[in-house]
Amino acid sequence: MDVKINNIRKEFGRFPALNDVSLKIASGELIALLGPSGSGKTTLLRLIAGLDFPTAGQIFFGDEDASHHSVQERNVGFVFQSYALFRHMTVAENIGFGLKVRPASTRPAKAEIRRRVSELLDMVQLSGLEKRYPNQLSGGQRQRVALARAMAIEPRILLLDEPFGALDAKVRKELRRWLREFHDRTGHTTVFVTHDQEEALELADRVVVMSQGKIEQVGSADDVYDRPSSPFVFSFIGESTQLPVELKSGTVLFQGEPLGITEAGEGPGQMFFRPEDVELSQAYDALSGKVTACRRLAGTRIAEIDIANHGHAPYHVEIEVPLHAPVELGSDIRFRPTRWKIFRG
Amino acid sequence: MSEPSHIKFRNPADERPLAKVLLIALSLAFLVFFLFLPLVSVFVEAFRKGWEEYYEALVEPDAVAAIRLTLTVAAIAVPLNLLFGLCAAWAIAKFEFRGKSFLITLIDLPFSISPVISGLVYVLLFGSNSVLGPILKSHGIEILFAVPGIVLATIFVTFPFVARELIPLMQDQGTGDEEAALSLGASGWQTFWFVTLPNIKWGLLYGVLLCNARAMGEFGAVSVVSGHIRGLTNTMPLHVEILYNEYNFVAAFAVASLLALLALVTLALKTILELRFGAGAAGGRH
Repeated sequence: MDVKINNIRKEFGRFPALNDVSLKIASGELIALLGPSGSGKTTLLRLIAGLDFPTAGQIFFGDEDASHHSVQERNVGFVFQSYALFRHMTVAENIGFGLKVRPASTRPAKAEIRRRVSELLDMVQLSGLEKRYPNQLSGGQRQRVALARAMAIEPRILLLDEPFGALDAKVRKELRRWLREFHDRTGHTTVFVTHDQEEALELADRVVVMSQGKIEQVGSADDVYDRPSSPFVFSFIGESTQLPVELKSGTVLFQGEPLGITEAGEGPGQMFFRPEDVELSQAYDALSGKVTACRRLAGTRIAEIDIANHGHAPYHVEIEVPLHAPVELGSDIRFRPTRWKIFRG
Repeated sequence: MSEPSHIKFRNPADERPLAKVLLIALSLAFLVFFLFLPLVSVFVEAFRKGWEEYYEALVEPDAVAAIRLTLTVAAIAVPLNLLFGLCAAWAIAKFEFRGKSFLITLIDLPFSISPVISGLVYVLLFGSNSVLGPILKSHGIEILFAVPGIVLATIFVTFPFVARELIPLMQDQGTGDEEAALSLGASGWQTFWFVTLPNIKWGLLYGVLLCNARAMGEFGAVSVVSGHIRGLTNTMPLHVEILYNEYNFVAAFAVASLLALLALVTLALKTILELRFGAGAAGGRH
C-alpha cells in the first residue's frame, strides 16, 4: 500500500507541530522518520495512523482519501514506543486481540484465531511463550509481541514509534537486523520513527530528516550523508565542522584569509565539511591551527585543532588524520577540505 | 580469631531503643483509647442485657424499616456514583479540556463542606419556599422528607470516593493501552470493557467499598433532608440517634453495632484486597 501525504499541517493549541509537510511513500518501502525530539516525527506517524487528525492537508492510502478515517477504519499496525501490551492478557491473548474484537461477520473462529496466533508467534520467534504475561518477558520479547499483535490484523501499513528506544545496545542491534529481514519477508510498507541516525541510515530504504515541524530532506542513506541539502541535515547527520566563510570572486575566505579552494559566488556563507574529507597541506593558503588533542579511533586518528588567524577567536574543529602523519600535541598543522558544502547567507 | 561481637552496627535511620519503644507505645495507646475502646464499648453496650434484647432491638419494625431504607439508599447511590465517578475520572484523566481543574475542585467539594450544608442545599432547592419544590409537589413528586431527598443527599456526600480513587490511577496509566486497542480495531466500548476496566478494577472496587461505607453511615446531610419519620424516612444512623435520645441505650447500640460491623467488614475486605494484590491494590494498581 502506498501512502501520500499532502501539505499536512498540525497544530496543538496555537503551536504548529507540523508545517506544510508532504511525502510520498512507495508500496513496500521501509522509511525512517529521523529528527531530534520536537521535530514532529512522532506527530507525523500518529497522523498517518489516525491516532491524531491534521489541522489541514490530506493523507491518501493508495487512491483512497483516508484523512477523515478513524484509526480502526485505516487498518494500520501500530507498534507503540512503550509497546502498550495489555498487562492482564497473556502473550497469546494480546496477539489475538485484534481478531477477537472484530465484528461477528468477519471474526475468525476461535480455533482459527489460535492457529493465526501460533503462526505469528512462530514468525517473531517466540513460540512456547503464549501463556506468559508481558511482565514475564524481556524488553526485546515484548517488542516482538507488540509487532506480532500489530501484524495480526493484517494491516495495510506498519508504523513503529521508536521501536528500539527502550532496549539496550546489543539487543537493539540484533532486533534492527531482524526487523529488516522481517520487512523483506513480509513486504509491508513500513514507517518507523527514530532519533538514532545510525539506526535510520542502516535500516531504512529512505530516510526522512525532520526538524521543527518540517521535512529537511528525503533520501537514501548515501543522499543524506553525502549530499545534505541544508545546514541542519549536514550538522545533524554524522560529524561535521561548520565555519563562517566569505566568497570573493571565486575564492573562499575564512577570517579574511584564503583557504586555497574555489567556489563560485559572492558574499557570506556557512561552510560544512566532514572530518574525513580533509587533506594535510603545506601551502600557505590553507586552514591552520594548533593541535590541542589527539586520539586514536579504530583505524584512524582524530586531531582536535584550534584554528585561528591573528586577532580572531579560535574555532575548534576535529579532523581525521592518517595514522602515520606527524601530528603532535601543540604543533602547528595545515589542512584543506577536499569535499565541502557552502550554504549561502 | 577474635569476633568483633561487641561492636554493634546501627542503621543510622534507626531510632535509639528507648525512642523506638516510646513511639510504638504512644501510637498504640492512642489507637486503643481513641479507636479501639469506643468500638468495643459499642458492642459491650449492645449486649449489656443479653442476646435476647439485642435481637429484639434489631427485629423491631422501625429498626427493620431503617435497615431496609439504608440498604435501599446505598443500592441506589453507590451504583450511580460508580457510574458518575467513572465518567468523571475518565474525562479528567484521558482528555484535555477547558475547565478541567475546576471540575477536579468541584469533585472535592463534598469533602470540604460540612454535611449539614450538603443537606441544607437540598432543602433550599426543593423546600416549600423554593421555586422547584411547589412545582414538583403539584405533580405529586416529594423530594424533601422522603426517600428521593435522602438518596440525593447521599449521592452528593459520597460522590468523590470513586472518582478520587480512579483519577490518579487513570492519569498514571495514560492513554497508551486504549490507543493500542483502538489501532487494533476495537470499538470504544470494547476498548473500555477489555482494556480500561481490567486496568482499573481494583481501584474501582476499593472506591466502591469506601463509597458504600460512607453511604450507609452518612448522618449529617441525611438528617437535614429526612424529616425523621419513623418507619418511613429514618436511616440506620438516624434511628440510632432517636433511640439514644429516648434513653433506649441497648437498642441504640444494637443498631450502632450493625454499622460498626459494616465498617469492620469494609476494613477486612480492603485488607484482603491489599494482601491478594499487593500494596498497590489500595492505589488500584496490580
